[in-house]
Amino acid sequence: MPIFIDRRLNPKDKSLGNRQRFLRRAREDLKRSIRDKVRTGGIAELDREHAVPMPRKGTDEPTFGVDKQSGRRQHILPGNRTFSPGDLIDKPGGGGGYGSAPGTTESEDDFRFVLSREEVLDLFFEDLELPDLVKLNLKQILSFKPRRAGFAASGAPTNINVGRTMRNSHGRRIALRRPKQTELDEVARQIAELEAKPASAAVGERIKALREDLERLERRRRRIAYVDPVDIRFNRFDPQPVPNANAVMFCLMDVSGSMGEREKDLAKRFFVLLHLFLTRRYERIEVVFIRHTHQAKEVDEQTFFYHTESGGTVVSTALEEMHRIIQERYPAAEWNIYAAQASDGDNFATDSERCIELLDRKLMRLCQYFAYVEIIDERESHIFGSTENGTSLWRAYNAVDGKWPNFQMRRIAAPADIYPVFRELFARQPALRKSA
Amino acid sequence: MVSQARKSELLFSGSDWNFSKLSRVYDEIEALGTEELGLDIYPVQMEVISSEQMLDAYSSVGMPLMYRHWSFGKRFLYDEFLYRKGARGLAYELVINSNPCIVYLMEENTMALQALVTAHAALGHNHFFKNNHLFRQWTDAGGILSYLDFAKSYIARCEERHGLAAVEAILDSAHALMEQGVFRYHRPPKLSSEQQREGLRERLEYEERSFNDLWRTLPPSQGRNKPEAGDEILAERKKSLKLPEENLLYFLEKNSLVLEPWQREIVRIVRVIAQYFYPQRQTQVMNEGCATFVHYTIMNRLFDRGRISEGAMLEILRNHSNVVFQPTYDDPRYSGINPYALGLDMMQDIQRISTAPTAEDRDWFPDIAGRGDWRDTLLDAWANHRDESFIRQYLSPRLIRKWRLFVLADGADEPHYEVASIHNERGYARIRSALAQSYDIGASRPDIQVVDVDLLGDRHLRLQHKVKDGIMLEGQSRDATLRHIRNLWGYEVSLAAIDAGTGATLSERWTKEL
Repeated sequence: MPIFIDRRLNPKDKSLGNRQRFLRRAREDLKRSIRDKVRTGGIAELDREHAVPMPRKGTDEPTFGVDKQSGRRQHILPGNRTFSPGDLIDKPGGGGGYGSAPGTTESEDDFRFVLSREEVLDLFFEDLELPDLVKLNLKQILSFKPRRAGFAASGAPTNINVGRTMRNSHGRRIALRRPKQTELDEVARQIAELEAKPASAAVGERIKALREDLERLERRRRRIAYVDPVDIRFNRFDPQPVPNANAVMFCLMDVSGSMGEREKDLAKRFFVLLHLFLTRRYERIEVVFIRHTHQAKEVDEQTFFYHTESGGTVVSTALEEMHRIIQERYPAAEWNIYAAQASDGDNFATDSERCIELLDRKLMRLCQYFAYVEIIDERESHIFGSTENGTSLWRAYNAVDGKWPNFQMRRIAAPADIYPVFRELFARQPALRKSA
Repeated sequence: MVSQARKSELLFSGSDWNFSKLSRVYDEIEALGTEELGLDIYPVQMEVISSEQMLDAYSSVGMPLMYRHWSFGKRFLYDEFLYRKGARGLAYELVINSNPCIVYLMEENTMALQALVTAHAALGHNHFFKNNHLFRQWTDAGGILSYLDFAKSYIARCEERHGLAAVEAILDSAHALMEQGVFRYHRPPKLSSEQQREGLRERLEYEERSFNDLWRTLPPSQGRNKPEAGDEILAERKKSLKLPEENLLYFLEKNSLVLEPWQREIVRIVRVIAQYFYPQRQTQVMNEGCATFVHYTIMNRLFDRGRISEGAMLEILRNHSNVVFQPTYDDPRYSGINPYALGLDMMQDIQRISTAPTAEDRDWFPDIAGRGDWRDTLLDAWANHRDESFIRQYLSPRLIRKWRLFVLADGADEPHYEVASIHNERGYARIRSALAQSYDIGASRPDIQVVDVDLLGDRHLRLQHKVKDGIMLEGQSRDATLRHIRNLWGYEVSLAAIDAGTGATLSERWTKEL
């Protein structure tokens, strides 16, 4: 008899270490895949599993192999029907034919595998240079909702658990032998019966004893409460992390001709990051896309990122549109309003004053947070540095920045510059969480 | 009453399996195999695993233990993808050449399938592993599991000490040379025991600790190393390094000047594993043929004795015929010659020749035709042949006709294939030899050897590729592999392509050109 071993319950994922090594190896390629996802997919779509194509760079395993295009060789094949020695057969040209190389490469092309949500976020975060704590916060699912967690002896009256309380009371009543109502009724009935009979000394004696009994029972009933405070049990709730409210996120973007592929890509990452952050904090998030040239319009995500439109640049139109939408659909009392604006900083000269006014008087009072990024050329980044002067919009927003703590602005030239815009937001998070 | 008696004789009924059924079936099959077929097997250890664990096992080249490397992760993803897509099923079993012989059974198999798999792997493969001379000489079934255990923990320790990247770099380079990391012709040095390895490691550590740089500053002794005639030095040099050397990994491990002791040990681990798998690659047809022949014979015998129900037998036969299906060359499903089909057909043919030979068989196989003891003939073939010699010895004209084999000559420069031989009187011998040739790993793999290195001079490592039939190496992968050799060697490496017939140098590639 052989030895039998049942291995089915052994720990799974024996090759997890190999998977991690492989992902690390193919990091650059995978990062590019995720970047493409961000570029082509919706901004709310990043936060889940993704299938990615097999990375090619850095994952080939070279060996000395023979060149199929050289030399003389023989093939031995089964199933000859018509051939005789000396027959010539045309070689299959290009694709097709048995064992030809193109077939195998094709199948490798559509070979995709699934990255878990954690792995996707890891790759997305990589060149955003987020602090570790923030990464952890974003990866965790944070928020609170009360969840039943057993019973407690103290609590609010609304949380009394009647069933449990009555059970305790019943048990106590049995243990302390609290007289039941039926017992009292029985004694009272006997008294009434005896009283109905003709009076005699024996009967009088008996009635007296019964009355004493009745009184004793009633006293006992009074002393032993039907429901005592010690019986009472309350439902206990544990705060369970769950998002707690609704939020709306406004994405504002200048789509005039000066915004190229690179600018849009950076802007998109900026929006994705804000969205990711908001998904951790709020149960429901709506995203509103407003694009503008010299006039603003609410559009869907596809149009927002992929359609270009020509025209001048009047930023205030977008702010007005945002204000209008808030008034119409998102009352500030019910919604947490976040806004993210991306632009290259160009604006119609006299319009900037109007922007300041709109923000200062109206929007900043309604918004939880307003983040503005100005996307600049990498070559410009060292010229501008942190100087006060800049594009007209930048100078205008600088005034708002000083006044409102929940306003953030930043010039970005590379993905790593995006995070500091949100620093304030992430820093405030622990305090918010405590209050939740 | 009759049906009652018959029913009680059945080894199992229904499709569900459990351990007592498995055990009963195994005992019966083992008795049949050892008594009727004369098989001689290692003790068996059967392990039931789930499909995920089977995928895990796939990715670590079928071994229960393996060190960690990204390439296994890649393979896992690839296998998983094909499996999930339904493009490929998983094997019903996996068997490991170890003592005791480990057989993995999939939990999804039905009882009939488990019986089939038991006969196939636990008897067939097991007998082949234990008795074939290649496995006996080249592998150490008793030591492989403990060696892999050592390899895994050693490499994990190296990763801790030297970092993942450094270990990965060495493994990448060593993996690239796995095909050139085996002894083809002479027996490899025996695997040292755990104790010896431990001793070796301790000695290395002692040497590292007691290294003293002062010795280097001593003046060289006079009167040695006088320059002599060039040829003599060359010959002396080659002799001292035992050149030419076909096992590149072995040469690098022993002679590389840049490898640290731990890096040497890792190269050695890769080499030992490559050597362990080398016999399997040379005996695909025989190994699978042997296992298939054994399961087919035993299952039929069990059915004849009424130990297996007709339903179960039907299921077994259906799986059996799937396994031995051989499409013809013009079938879209054709993907080469199926080793199960060829092996089984040849072995059944030997059985036929032994018991009912035709005049042609007597002509071709005077030694075995009509002798009737097909068991001994097969046992002898299983023990003493590899694919190449087995086909050269036993492929019969009748089988060539049955398979309608033909040979296509393929010159890279010509626009046509030419039909060189078909299944006729003039073609039998040629087809047989060509088929045998195609299973000769030594001939079909590029022959690359270390021919010279001047350790005292520029340390330039010269490799030579013997070009047979004008078949060159593929340029891109050759360059990438040369880079890996350079990583291990640390100095200039060059690879010359020498025509095996004329001795003319066809091309030479230096790492500094890369």
